[in-house]
Amino acid sequence: MKRSLTALIAGSLLAVSFAVFAAGGAIEGVEKQPINVSAIAMFLIFVVATLGITKWAAGKTKTTADFYTAGGGITGFQNGLAIAGDYMSAATLLGITSMVYFKGYDGFVYAVCFFVGWPIILFMMAERLRNLGKFTFADIASYRLDQNRIRTFAAIGSLTVVCFYLIVQMVGAGQLIQLLFGLEYNVAVAVVGILMMVYVTFGGMTATTWVQIIKACLLLGGGITLMLLTLSQFGWSLDTLFAKAIESHKQGEKIMAPGSLMADPVSAFSLSLGLLFGTAGLPHIMMRFFTVPNAKEARKSVFYATGFIGLFFLVTIILGAGAITIVGTNASFFEGGQIGGKLIGGNNMPVMHLAKAVGGDIFLGFLSAVAFATILAVVSGLALAGASAISHDLYARVIKKGTASSQQEMKVTRFASVGLGLTAIGLGIAFKDQNVLFLVALAFGVASSVNFPVLILSMYWKGLTTRGALWGGIAGLVSSVGLVVLSPTVWVKILGNKAAIFPYDHPAIVSMTLAFFVTWLLSVTDKSARAAKEAEAYEEQYIRAQTGLGASGAHAH
Amino acid sequence: MSQPNIQAKIRSNPKFAELVGKRTRFAIILSLVVLVPYYTFMFLVSTQPQLFASKVAEGGIVTIGWPIAALIIVGGWLLTGVYVSRANGEFDSITEEVLKEARK
Repeated sequence: MKRSLTALIAGSLLAVSFAVFAAGGAIEGVEKQPINVSAIAMFLIFVVATLGITKWAAGKTKTTADFYTAGGGITGFQNGLAIAGDYMSAATLLGITSMVYFKGYDGFVYAVCFFVGWPIILFMMAERLRNLGKFTFADIASYRLDQNRIRTFAAIGSLTVVCFYLIVQMVGAGQLIQLLFGLEYNVAVAVVGILMMVYVTFGGMTATTWVQIIKACLLLGGGITLMLLTLSQFGWSLDTLFAKAIESHKQGEKIMAPGSLMADPVSAFSLSLGLLFGTAGLPHIMMRFFTVPNAKEARKSVFYATGFIGLFFLVTIILGAGAITIVGTNASFFEGGQIGGKLIGGNNMPVMHLAKAVGGDIFLGFLSAVAFATILAVVSGLALAGASAISHDLYARVIKKGTASSQQEMKVTRFASVGLGLTAIGLGIAFKDQNVLFLVALAFGVASSVNFPVLILSMYWKGLTTRGALWGGIAGLVSSVGLVVLSPTVWVKILGNKAAIFPYDHPAIVSMTLAFFVTWLLSVTDKSARAAKEAEAYEEQYIRAQTGLGASGAHAH
Repeated sequence: MSQPNIQAKIRSNPKFAELVGKRTRFAIILSLVVLVPYYTFMFLVSTQPQLFASKVAEGGIVTIGWPIAALIIVGGWLLTGVYVSRANGEFDSITEEVLKEARK
């Protein structure tokens, strides 16, 4: 085991360096930039450090509890950083700064939508999750319901969200890395997939947590440094920064107030519902609550996570606003040197150009390495959540009915991690050059309409029955996926039809309502003996949720 | 002592009802303090955008929209601090008492 790990680490390092050389000889891609040596050097340092951590973590990962939850021994502060690391993706950094750069204030509104779920998760869910759950969110959803059907369905819900999210991250990784590092798209996707497999397969939750923590620190540190460098260009005055931004932006003063993005109240409402409750249904986020020893630490972790995430959003807003002037008036960042034309590298690049403008090539290299590390950390968290849905929920509980030994389950979970890694690489390559933004709507749509309703109702509503949860979940899954397909982004822009059948890009307003309604209807009309038993079992669950009586404790080493 | 017995004791302890009542009320109030301003904000952003265009200071540049959005983020975070300090202090000590009395 130990020897094979060392060999694998050496192998993956070798693969990365080969990739670098291979890319050196092939710079014919359309958007690809020349090899960025400082970026690659800094990224290699990150890879060596995290592989070292993985080796250390592998020594500590002996049981399933170690693998899924790092033995429950993570502190609230560490977990807070790791949650923030899970949530702050490269897409957030690039997407929000770009939205502020192009649309001004609208980008800020979007950031607020991504933020407000966090306080609600703390008030309504955090301690109950910790008290009831063991390894996965399906543990809670199926706590007193039919183990086979509800656990299987919850696992499918998890895997669906994980897959959609993985595609977004892999495609983003390929595009970003080809642009920033000058690596081939496929090579970049493969590097991300292989490193993810090594972290998760050998280091489990311990390694994944530390990768998240390091990445969160790098991202926050890099973002704040960039913000300070940017502010120094405006004499440390936000007033000057905004005054210049208004001067430089073609929409002028309009960037200081809400614009077209949220102009339709129904659409804005649907978006905010999906983001608010979707956050509370992301399996890789839920899983993090089981890594701390008790409810106290679970609460603390949300406090820290919320602080870091909020700070990060505020920083990205300033970066976007600063980029309006610094990037928007510098001809060298536009294709053909035409100010106001197409940005080099595409619309997501303002923050990267900003890094180059205020910090030079070395800082750009640093931020590129951070972006790569960020993607790597997010996909590792996703892969771990997916692997545990397969091994803990489907294999150990549903197929083996709890009779699988710890070794057997570990074996399955490692195979599952490798399988997910290969799937992610395959999907990343298959979706190359596709517009994958709709998959974000899809991931949050499924999370808010499939995972969230069953999770919250199982904790709060005595009357929830297996029949209600199952059909409500199916209704949520079918409607959220169906409505995204019929939405403007997919039906019109991707499939090329004339008019969208469903007018909103985010389905939550319909799909989430439908999921709750069907769950309620089929639960209250369920008069079976099983339903009565399930209602009876609520008492025990309720007391455990409230007091932590019988909650799984930290694993002793 | 068996688990069901402990549970019955917890259930009949008036402190448990007090704990659940207090904590539930507190969580609902804080959620409303986040959600009501947030949805009001979203509603006004989409229906009355000009409200956010007035300036913070006369003759200034920054519109009131920016500090309002920042306040939702900073305020939301401060509220998590308020909840954690009360839950980890007051509520957890009641929980411990309830559990201790039930295990007697």
